[in-house]
Amino acid sequence: MLRRTIPMLILAASGILLVVAYFSPFTTSWSETVLGWFNVLAAVAFVLGAGNLLAVNLELVSARRAGWAYALITLLSFAAMFVFGLFKIGVVPNPDHPNVYFAGDYESSQSAFGWVYEYIFSPLTSTMFALLAFYVASAAFRAFRAKNIEAILLLSTAFIVLIAQTAGGMFLTGWIPEDSMFAFLRFDWMKVGITEYIQTAGMRAITIGIALGIAATSLRLILGLDKSYLSKN
Amino acid sequence: MSTANTQTSAPGRSDLRWLWISLMVFSVAALAANAFLRKDGMAHRYVEVIEFERVEAKAVVESGANATGTETAQTEWVDPTDARLANGTLRLVEGVAPIKWKLHKDVASTTEANETSARRAAGDMSAPVVELSMWNSLGVWAAALLTLGIFSFLYRDNPYYKVSESLLIGSSAAYWMINGFWTTIVPNLFGKLAPDVVRAYAIPSLPVSEHPGLDAGLAFVPLILGFMLIWRLAPKGGWIAVWPLAFIIGTTAGLKLVSSIESDLMAQVVATMKPMVVFTAPSTSAVASSAVSAVNFWATVGSLVGVVGVLSVLTYFFFSVEHKGAVGKAARLGVWFLMITFGSAFGLTVMGRITLLAQRLEFLFNSWLNIN
Repeated sequence: MLRRTIPMLILAASGILLVVAYFSPFTTSWSETVLGWFNVLAAVAFVLGAGNLLAVNLELVSARRAGWAYALITLLSFAAMFVFGLFKIGVVPNPDHPNVYFAGDYESSQSAFGWVYEYIFSPLTSTMFALLAFYVASAAFRAFRAKNIEAILLLSTAFIVLIAQTAGGMFLTGWIPEDSMFAFLRFDWMKVGITEYIQTAGMRAITIGIALGIAATSLRLILGLDKSYLSKN
Repeated sequence: MSTANTQTSAPGRSDLRWLWISLMVFSVAALAANAFLRKDGMAHRYVEVIEFERVEAKAVVESGANATGTETAQTEWVDPTDARLANGTLRLVEGVAPIKWKLHKDVASTTEANETSARRAAGDMSAPVVELSMWNSLGVWAAALLTLGIFSFLYRDNPYYKVSESLLIGSSAAYWMINGFWTTIVPNLFGKLAPDVVRAYAIPSLPVSEHPGLDAGLAFVPLILGFMLIWRLAPKGGWIAVWPLAFIIGTTAGLKLVSSIESDLMAQVVATMKPMVVFTAPSTSAVASSAVSAVNFWATVGSLVGVVGVLSVLTYFFFSVEHKGAVGKAARLGVWFLMITFGSAFGLTVMGRITLLAQRLEFLFNSWLNIN
């Protein structure tokens, strides 16, 4: 009862309420309340995630397992960012309410939290994503082999789209006049044709497929046909 | 055999170690030379200092020629140069000291900072006060060293990379937690449970509810569910967290069921169902001379390609019918469309990552090394 029936009822009630609220204006305020609760729980989920991270890393440090020093750095950086943000250290006062200490913007560039965000968190995140440029290119070099028509289409499209965005594209085909009948051979034109027509069509079909999948999965969950979320408990 | 290998490779490792040490020494020497021998140095960040001052004042609602006016209980913090203080609409609250602070606004470049400082030194008092920010300059060093730390993974996994990675994990977890706390939990949970306290200490502009009692009562639901969710960290009774989890899944399912049908399925179908033949929009003079406009060849081809592409890819996704004969051919065409779509998406993704890489290199060379 407590472990299966009530969770299923909660899921069905919240799901049905939001579906009904879309069609009935009388239940709009209910759905707004439920969405407010949802947002609070989503924020609490970050606390859960942080708690889990702390538990894992504290265990590594206390047991002196391999890599405990890195776990300690993780814990220290977490603690520093947490204290800076929670106590709004170094925050500039709010011009309209300078007498209320916690009214200042916690992300202002002068605050300790804003400093860590600007000079630690943000550069690390963008460099991590920039690093993917090397690995995507290296993976493509190893995986892309023109073995059949499908592979040739994938490879040649990627080549055209890539070269069209570089100076190489203009260097190779930029001399073809835009008003000539061979203008479609220009890489920049080919890229526009591919992205605007063919890619749009492909993405549109994929989006339709995803939408149908989401709708079907949501319906299965609300109707209690999919109970996989209960399986571990 | 293995012993021989070990014996032959040992001097090689030693040579490599000396190579790395030499490279490090050279790098540090080059950085020191760049920092101390150049006029503008490196990694310098300047800020414009803006002074703020606020005084507490009360509104005067009733003032006449011979009257002193009636002050309202409501006070507000205003700039001492506020025109309402001069014309008597506002009156200073006695016994309350003004609050002063300095705001530091980033200056875009060292050149701009030097120009502004030169203007002020020449007597132009309208030029803002610019000063070197030690904290921000230190921040540029930290950002540059951590950027290099992440890039060091290109060589191989190493302690420098792992330290940078650990810093990212810790700061990232705390960042999202604090973000959720100040933007959601404080206004939407604490702001409903104890609005006066939140208004007094954190959000003075928190809207006043028409039904504070009802709001406070309803706020207990996410509070209890939140505690139940965190209970997952406890060694026993993990099933308690399934209740809030069911609520999160149910809400997401209800939202997505409607929104995916409306904004994805229906919108994409509507966008596909367009006239096959596209006509060029007639100009004003053409409308006068002829009612029929010309067919736009490429737009018509594009429209046809769109319809054929969507239908063929959907045929490929449709597994209830065996992909044989006409259906098989349509599905094959769908696969070709998908391959072109993936190739294009791949090309755009790679270019996006390369743009990010260029930005990081630009940061290292311009902001850190000051080599423009």
